[in-house]
Amino acid sequence: MMWETILLALRAIRRNVLRSSLTILGIVIGVAAVITMVTLGGGATAQVTAEISSLGSNMLQVRPGQDFRGPGGTRSSADDFKIEDAEAISREVFGLEAVAPTASTNTQVISGNRNWSTTIMGVTNAFLQVRDWSLASGREFTEAELRSGRAVCIIGATVKTELFGETDPVGQTIRLKKISSQVIGVLESKGQTGFGQDQDDMVLIPLRAFQRRLKGDSDVGAIYVSALDGISTTTVKEDIERLMRERRHISSGQDDNFHVRDMQEIVSTLTSTTRVLTALLGAVAAVSLLVGGIGIMNIMLVSVTERTREIGTRLAIGALEREVLMQFLIEAVVLSSFGGLIGVILGLVSAGIGAQILGMPFVLNPGIVAIAFVFSAAVGVVFGFFPARQAARLDPIEALRHE
Amino acid sequence: MNTTPHRNNGNDHLIELKGITKVYGMGSVAMHALKGIDLSIDKGEFVAVMGPSGSGKSTCMNILGCLDTQTEGTYLFKGIDVGVLSRDERALLRRNYLGFVFQGFNLLNRTSALENVELPLIYRGVPARERHARAREALAAVGLTGWETHTPGELSGGQQQRVAIARAVVIEPEVLMADEPTGNLDSKSSREIMDLLSAFNVEHGITIVMVTHEADMASYARRTIHFLDGIIDTEVNNGGGGVQ
Repeated sequence: MMWETILLALRAIRRNVLRSSLTILGIVIGVAAVITMVTLGGGATAQVTAEISSLGSNMLQVRPGQDFRGPGGTRSSADDFKIEDAEAISREVFGLEAVAPTASTNTQVISGNRNWSTTIMGVTNAFLQVRDWSLASGREFTEAELRSGRAVCIIGATVKTELFGETDPVGQTIRLKKISSQVIGVLESKGQTGFGQDQDDMVLIPLRAFQRRLKGDSDVGAIYVSALDGISTTTVKEDIERLMRERRHISSGQDDNFHVRDMQEIVSTLTSTTRVLTALLGAVAAVSLLVGGIGIMNIMLVSVTERTREIGTRLAIGALEREVLMQFLIEAVVLSSFGGLIGVILGLVSAGIGAQILGMPFVLNPGIVAIAFVFSAAVGVVFGFFPARQAARLDPIEALRHE
Repeated sequence: MNTTPHRNNGNDHLIELKGITKVYGMGSVAMHALKGIDLSIDKGEFVAVMGPSGSGKSTCMNILGCLDTQTEGTYLFKGIDVGVLSRDERALLRRNYLGFVFQGFNLLNRTSALENVELPLIYRGVPARERHARAREALAAVGLTGWETHTPGELSGGQQQRVAIARAVVIEPEVLMADEPTGNLDSKSSREIMDLLSAFNVEHGITIVMVTHEADMASYARRTIHFLDGIIDTEVNNGGGGVQ
């Protein structure tokens, strides 16, 4: 009898294709919207997390000047650091993996007849360690090069492409301002940061060479610090702040004239922001799913009214109340789960297209697909039930008389 | 319960009404549709029920068809007291013993003649293969071979009523309840429908109770019962049809 009831319901659906498709339209849109939003949101979160962790996940940056919220904001009025500050951090702060003093400037680099405006950073090998950055080809700086301040350089992938195209730049010489410098290595490409900065657009030279031959001073701009695994970056940040206040003679009550930026903090801020956005978009989509459900209830109610004579006929020829109830219920469940299925497919397809357009990873969330589908079926049961009960309880004579 | 139509225990009537009343509403607005009906119908009879509108003939018909329940009195169908049955039990009684033909046909729209005829068999749980065969047979018996796939919208009124008759007889009912079956039909189709009903009465022994307000149609029945103001006014044995 169950199978026969399903058959009856399927026949009733097939008899009115237009009404059936209008019924499921709301569910299709609702489910598709929820899945698209949540999948894209998940992709955005994954992308932000991946990009920021490409900066070095347990990395801190110590910069002179007060922090401006956002990237690259330093106030130039504060004194730069010296190499001794980096040494002090390395000596006195517990739990550090590496400390990398750096200095940077923007300038033109020239190779043959090609030139490119880029950032030149004076670094030590610790910088590569802190940024967790490996070389695509060539080698790191030697101790001798770092000590003597020889003008050898490691170039980023973008600089390599701009100056050398496809040819191997290792061993070639490029011009940085007035000094010529031999390329000893090429960095692995890291792509853009979450803020749209091209991380591969830079040239690294030994810090001493940068200070002596490019800038003619002994300033250190930013100190990159990486904490050991399992060491809280918050503790490290506090330790560094205490140390630097001491070294820069800042009395209590005075504001810092430097700041420590904790990448972990930024990661969690950004991911929680994208999570909130995802939740909001998901909530809006869920409302549309609910509206779709109300649409089903509406159509079911109308169809019960429309089909009162049919129900009367069925009851007269001996259908039981529960059989009529089951028929309408199955109709609603079949319709809404069919709508849910189409919605899932549509949602995944549009999320895939959206991820492609926005250049984001497609992060499938099976949980949300299941929830959206189950919800759509549940909507069918709940919203299909009440009109169905109303239909099944009709007095056959009343139903037959209905015009 | 036994579904074979050839069972009759001597003096037991197939249908027996005793002191049936039906009151709609309560108190001062109470409307007494039936004021005490005593009626018995035997197996194989063809009974016409006549009377002006409001005389209670339709109310009585609904009670006979187990679609409605009486206020007072006893209704015995095959010896079963219908008055004490639940809603579902009455539905099962209709499903197994009664066929209905309505004035307005009441076929399912956008549904083929065959599927319409199959409907009562579905509720009886008849397997698909047997269902198709029996529905085809019933359609053939009403002269609609070749029209199986047509929907009600593609059929004339007379043809629709014949589909409805096929739907009623496909379960081989004890009683066929016809409520003004020719009310919406022209005279030629009416005569065809009445001939068909008579044939089922005579050849298959199906008891027929038919409400009509046309004397022509009532003349097909062997017995005519006249209703007036909620009581049976007169009963006429006209011998115009029915199982002799």
